[in-house]
Amino acid sequence: MKTLIVWILALIPYLGFAAGSKVPLDDMKPDMRDKASLQRGAKNFFNYCMGCHGLKFGRYNRVARDLEIPEDLLLENLIFADKKAGALMSIAMNSDDAKTWFGAPPPDLTLVARVRGEDWLYTYLRSFYEDPARPLGYNNTVFPNVGMPHVLADLQGRQMFGRAQKPIGIDPLTGQEVTEERDDVLYLASEGSLSEKEYDTFVYDLVNFLVYMGEPIRAERERLGLWVLLFLALFFIPAYMLNREYWREIH
Amino acid sequence: MQKKNALMAWIDARLPVSTTYEKHMSKYYAPKNFNFWYFFGVFSFLMLANQILTGIWLTMSFTPSAEEAFASVEYIMRDVEWGWLIRYLHSTGASFFFIAIYMHMFRALLYGSYQKPRELIWIFGMLIYLMLMAEAFMGYVLPWGQMSYWGAQVIISLFGAIPVIGDDLVTWIRGDYLISGITLNRFFALHVIALPLVIVALVVVHILALHEVGSNNPDGVDIKKHKDDKGRPLDGVPFHPFYTVHDIMGIVVFLAVFCFVVFFWPEGGGFFLEHANFEEANGLKTPEHIAPVWYFGAFYTILRAIPDKLLGVVAMGAAIAILFVLPWLDRSPVRSWRYKGWITKITLIAFAINFVILTWLGTQPATALYTLIGQITSFLYFAFFLLMPWFTRFEKTKPVPERVTV
Repeated sequence: MKTLIVWILALIPYLGFAAGSKVPLDDMKPDMRDKASLQRGAKNFFNYCMGCHGLKFGRYNRVARDLEIPEDLLLENLIFADKKAGALMSIAMNSDDAKTWFGAPPPDLTLVARVRGEDWLYTYLRSFYEDPARPLGYNNTVFPNVGMPHVLADLQGRQMFGRAQKPIGIDPLTGQEVTEERDDVLYLASEGSLSEKEYDTFVYDLVNFLVYMGEPIRAERERLGLWVLLFLALFFIPAYMLNREYWREIH
Repeated sequence: MQKKNALMAWIDARLPVSTTYEKHMSKYYAPKNFNFWYFFGVFSFLMLANQILTGIWLTMSFTPSAEEAFASVEYIMRDVEWGWLIRYLHSTGASFFFIAIYMHMFRALLYGSYQKPRELIWIFGMLIYLMLMAEAFMGYVLPWGQMSYWGAQVIISLFGAIPVIGDDLVTWIRGDYLISGITLNRFFALHVIALPLVIVALVVVHILALHEVGSNNPDGVDIKKHKDDKGRPLDGVPFHPFYTVHDIMGIVVFLAVFCFVVFFWPEGGGFFLEHANFEEANGLKTPEHIAPVWYFGAFYTILRAIPDKLLGVVAMGAAIAILFVLPWLDRSPVRSWRYKGWITKITLIAFAINFVILTWLGTQPATALYTLIGQITSFLYFAFFLLMPWFTRFEKTKPVPERVTV
């Protein structure tokens, strides 16, 4: 019983993080063959995310090789700290400091796409809104009371959450968008440096890159898999004929 | 040719190579009417070989310590040449091993392969299954992800339900007051050395016992009753070459399904590799939903069906233990369900469906509705076995043919 109480007490501070969100997620289809998107995603990550989030299980030169980025470009543009091309992409943020600043240390993101899924990430990065009640001024509908501020606010613009017109579909007769006034709408109070569509592409590329980071071999394993299945399909023919030949005499 | 024979004679005079080969391969007569279900024994064997071989290579790069285990798995996935393939073969292999074993066990249920004189084959098979569950559980802890940690936390704490010694026993198993690097290290030792040795030894005994009495078949008839003048069963064929070429054909199909998952679907929709396990173990952060891997699902549902912890553990143990006495629960005069009555046919199909539901429920959060369904299906699981002595004895059976039907 005593152990149980200790466990429950130990877990209370984390209940807020464990609560799953009920927000419907937007569909995101990663494409490992779209090297241009992955390159843009990598650039976005190194420019906007890497101040706080590492990719500590991945290496710089592996990203360069897989994404077809020339190594000298990589060294000049992507590796900011004094690091070798073959180094792991970890960051130097002190975890205790980070905890003081954000409430929880920013997690390493190498595997985040495999933990959360691409749809979650794609929706999450587009669901920050201004909330003066939060210590850093931002909240998120997908991850309520998250410690992370809206790092991409300059790009997206000032997003608000509250009563506004929400598109609910297309009128089949006029072909025009139908909206409805609701209380739980994310809307832009002012535009950022990117249009809404450009911002969605920005986030798509970033998430696409994170899916790649979660499993760098993904494109290669699917390519190889086709050959393996083709080999087995061909091998089945002699295996089948050999079996038929032996069993011909058995009745 | 002359020389080769002389060499074999020299060896055979010192080691029974030829007679052993004949006994188990070229002169082992297996019934000629094996069907689809008889592939799963060799598939299980294939997966055992796969797990041992890929396991050896994984061991070369894995670091069994709480600090480095998780990172070393990612090192295997990213930096080790072909490491990703070896790891996916091993992780997918675990699930496919259980799929093959469950099909193999269900085959025994369909055709009464556990009945006299094959009780020991069944019992050794059950021991393999039991050891395999321990092996899979400990292997799942090694990557040291969130589900490794919290799954182990839940499963090991079950021993705490045992009165008087429970708490001390749990500490003894963990080697610590919490799941820690000490637990990880001892599970590594058990997973890579102790349990594989036991499993391989049990597989040898399982096959020796099978070859002593001979294989059953879908008709459940004894092929040794009708022999030719040289003493060979009329309805049997030598295992080699007839079943080796037959099994190769089956293996190609099985490997195609297996490789499809390895190359295109290694997470198995979160059932073969759980999403939460891509996050490193953290003793201060419980995952939203702790679920066992799918192959333990049925027994986990039975555990959760009973609100009392001790009784739940007892029920789960009983669910596994009752399988051991199956040869004595079936009182039917015939083996195969083909010649048993309609009650057996209906209950067998219902049992299979019920087991799939139990398995699925074990991977889901315990809502009120799921708990209720879990209680009903757990009840039905036990009802199947407990009513078996009654319905198998009293139902009307059909006459069994003298010879196998093809």
